[in-house]
Amino acid sequence: MVYVYGDNIDTDRIIPGKYTKTLDLSALADHVLEDLDPGFSKSVQRGDIIVAGKNFGCGSSREQAPLALKQSGVSVIIAEDFARIFFRNAINIGLAVLEIGKHEIKIGAQVEYDLATGIVKDLSQNKEYPATKLPQIMIDILDEGGLVPYLKKNKKYKLS
Amino acid sequence: MGKTISEKIIANHVGHAVSPGDLVISPVDGVMATDTTAPLAIKAFEAMGATGVFHQDKVILVLDHAVPPPNERIANLHKMMREFSDQHGIKLFDIGEGICHQVMVEHQYVKPGDIFIGADSHTPTYGALNAFACGVGSTDLAATMMTGQIWLKVPESIKIICHGKLKAGVSAKDLILFLVGQVTISGATYQSIEFEGSAFHDMSLASRMTIANMVAEMGGKAGIVHPEGLDLDYDYTAIYPDADAHYVKTYEFDVSTLEPQVAAPESPDNVDDISKVAGTAIDYAFIGTCCNGRLEDLQAAAEILKGKKIKAGVRFMIAPASKTTLLDAMNDGTIQILIEAGATIITPGCGPCVGTHQGVPGNDEVVISAANRNFRGRMGNPNSNIYLAAPATVAASALVGEITHPGNCI
Repeated sequence: MVYVYGDNIDTDRIIPGKYTKTLDLSALADHVLEDLDPGFSKSVQRGDIIVAGKNFGCGSSREQAPLALKQSGVSVIIAEDFARIFFRNAINIGLAVLEIGKHEIKIGAQVEYDLATGIVKDLSQNKEYPATKLPQIMIDILDEGGLVPYLKKNKKYKLS
Repeated sequence: MGKTISEKIIANHVGHAVSPGDLVISPVDGVMATDTTAPLAIKAFEAMGATGVFHQDKVILVLDHAVPPPNERIANLHKMMREFSDQHGIKLFDIGEGICHQVMVEHQYVKPGDIFIGADSHTPTYGALNAFACGVGSTDLAATMMTGQIWLKVPESIKIICHGKLKAGVSAKDLILFLVGQVTISGATYQSIEFEGSAFHDMSLASRMTIANMVAEMGGKAGIVHPEGLDLDYDYTAIYPDADAHYVKTYEFDVSTLEPQVAAPESPDNVDDISKVAGTAIDYAFIGTCCNGRLEDLQAAAEILKGKKIKAGVRFMIAPASKTTLLDAMNDGTIQILIEAGATIITPGCGPCVGTHQGVPGNDEVVISAANRNFRGRMGNPNSNIYLAAPATVAASALVGEITHPGNCI
């Protein structure tokens, strides 16, 4: 299933502040996107895709936002672009994010993606979108599965 | 090619000249987390195998987002933070000390020329002090607590020049709301903003903090107010941009005729002159937050409310930015005026801004707030509407019961 949303989806809509003070990730997933798409947390399945417009994840620095999406089963967020803290947080917790610039992916589209090549395919319209290449350090962090395993292994940051 | 303030501060930390787009690993001068972000950061820190923080005097925890704790879950997160602070010998500002950004500045954990990392999106506030300060999430914060470093892509810089002086009764909040409206909520994503021009020269530190604070509402990585006129009670070396520094975009405005501004629901960049929304009935007024909870903000409200009563049926919550703010506002009589006018003073901290407690609006209620965000559901109820304005406008609106130009109430 592909969920398609608009521009400037802020972190209050992704996970309201009243639910963020917890270490229980399943409690976060129960409320993910509830003020934007009240049925989402019930309908989302493991492997589902979110497609959005500009500036996805703007607002708060709460890492609970990408954590709630990851915990709910979302496998990747594809957007025109992302707010910078959300983008870093997603990579740091090992949630895939692909920035593809202006796109025409519509509700109901069939979408495929390849993290290795960064190619997003809209099968419904037979269009391809290449994602912006990540800085090498983010690729290294993602390759380790997130910043925790990266630092557990390397003990400090390395610019390769 | 000349350098911007951000490029110079980063270069000073990494030991070589930098240009936008460069990836650097920089040492930091301080790192801070709150009760929203620290618990996850502590978990990540431990999972990284860290045994200690990089510097005991440069890692600070602040309880501010939900203080005092409204339920046992949050009380236990606070307890976890106190235990971490004891275990690692680091400073924790406990409930009632104030909002993280106010406390960092008051206690001089951040100074001009510093690179400071905070696990809170309004960390760019320290740009008021001529510092380069970025918000991050919990796992980045954990990594910085452990290593004393942050990886950064050197940002491009935007320059915003404001000529003229603000009219009497028009404040830094009106100016930054206007600028957020112009730049938009995504207009500075990944970039650093530098503010300069005569409108900033005689601004107090508090007003400069209001300006830099809402860089977050433009998507900026950092925002720095030009140091001309920056008055601190200690010596410092100001960092100026080179005359031929490169800015990807320059905005230029004459702000001498600017009117009070209001951001209508449900985005901080949905800004217009107050005349467009004046007369909108309100149920609830709020002054506080890292944007506008300082002494000059409470004084601006007291000036309007002295000897008067707010409209019957309107709630008026005030959360001073820190214990110091509260004491100062008690000593000069400001708090007395505000309480007599009908305000409720709550614990110094983030108060109802984050929608956790201390004044959640009811269904279909309208809030006028001196905070920095009005996203749907921000204050805990998605069926309420939030307008953002300067403290003087919030006080005038509480007095009349509808959104009101503060000039009509003096």
